[in-house]
Amino acid sequence: MKYLTEFRNGEIAQRMAREIALITTRRWKIMEVCGGQTHSIIKNGIDQMLPAAVEMVHGPGCPVCVTPLELIDKALAIAAQPRVIFCSFGDMLRVPGTEGDLFQVKGRGGDVRVVYSPLDAVDLAVKNPDKQVVFFGVGFETTAPANAMSVHVAKRRGLKNFSLLVSHVLVPPAIEAIMSAPGNQVQAFLAAGHVCSVMGYWEYPPLADKFGIPIVVTGFEPLDLLDGIRRAVLQLERGEHRVENAYERIVTYAGNLEAQKMLAEVFEVRDRAWRGIGVIPNSGWRLSAAYRAFDAEERFQIAGIRTVESPLCHAGDVLRGALKPAECPAFAKQCTPRHPLGATMVSSEGACAAYFNYGRFLSAEELANAGAVHG
Amino acid sequence: MCLAIPGRVEEVTTEDGLRIGRVNFGGVVKRVCLDYVPEVEVGDYTIVHVGFAISKIDEETAEQTLADFRAMGVLDEELADEEAQFARAAKAPQSNCPDGSCTEIGKKLLN
Repeated sequence: MKYLTEFRNGEIAQRMAREIALITTRRWKIMEVCGGQTHSIIKNGIDQMLPAAVEMVHGPGCPVCVTPLELIDKALAIAAQPRVIFCSFGDMLRVPGTEGDLFQVKGRGGDVRVVYSPLDAVDLAVKNPDKQVVFFGVGFETTAPANAMSVHVAKRRGLKNFSLLVSHVLVPPAIEAIMSAPGNQVQAFLAAGHVCSVMGYWEYPPLADKFGIPIVVTGFEPLDLLDGIRRAVLQLERGEHRVENAYERIVTYAGNLEAQKMLAEVFEVRDRAWRGIGVIPNSGWRLSAAYRAFDAEERFQIAGIRTVESPLCHAGDVLRGALKPAECPAFAKQCTPRHPLGATMVSSEGACAAYFNYGRFLSAEELANAGAVHG
Repeated sequence: MCLAIPGRVEEVTTEDGLRIGRVNFGGVVKRVCLDYVPEVEVGDYTIVHVGFAISKIDEETAEQTLADFRAMGVLDEELADEEAQFARAAKAPQSNCPDGSCTEIGKKLLN
């Protein structure tokens, strides 16, 4: 709460939190699926303002975190090639592959550039006709229209030296997968505001109906989040399950139709592996047939990637029963379900993942002492 | 990663068939593609993600959001130039989670 106390609307926030406490009569678990919202919740201490009965569960809302290690390795392999200019957003630079990261590839002489917009990468392709320019397109639905436009422009301009390394994931199929998972405890969702500014929220009513869950389109600022949570709790307490828009100043039901038109032209839906979760049906995009020639994976045909998970991982020992999950030095430190170092943490049914989830409710000391629990 | 920042459109031109605007984000001006917001004109406010305007918004909302994002420290991060981004990367530890949200969650879970 370090920042919210100084926040211009600190008093309003406290009042909203008190209101949430007043209407809450039972325990509720609400999930957000957006790294930006998660960040804001933690940073602003919003979860600490909530009554203990209302628990925020942080979903797989970080597109980088769910990008399979193999794709990061492909990016590194392409970026290291001569006559390649590899473009990315700055936040990808220190994401580790099996060996190193993009920043280190640059240090070894690779031409790695940080761009503000994917269109900057297209400009680089125009200015460097003797180089292959690759843009690493990682993101949810918010980022996809920008990446789609870059490929569209490259095709229109007849560029033979621009391609996109696509790592696009979609939020609604992730909600479907989470709700369908055995043992799921999530009872309501905050839908990510900026994803919905592009896609609208017409995809959510069928999910709310199918699973009987409130879904509230919510923004990023502290008051937005508190309002989204308040509305979700109100629905839960009343036994309702509607889709509500708590971010009306930005989001419409239909979303941005121009952007959706471009997405439909450039991308097609595919099954997609989410790191730490597994394959979710129809949960990602790849370039459609008309744009397939701009797919960096096809153009570079990187073969022989040997994705090696971290040497810090003792999954083998755990599987053999030689080591309990909490005895692993990396457990809950370098290795969490969101950043799994090995298969036992990758699978939600793995011993380490189950143990970690159980251990969420314990202190570090209790966690260490709870070594006798079998995963 | 998915944040969109509000800014004011100061100029609109056409470049290679694209509608390009100069958008001012509380002092930092960037080139922004306006193709997805045909209704946005000079003087309007729009929210921008990775160089693309995705929605028109009113001035009051824009200014408030800009102030909030600045206070939260995300404005400088989103608008940093290439040099600044490499400088930051040079100091940053390797992380699967660039915005730090997961790391903070991990810390929180254990403390």
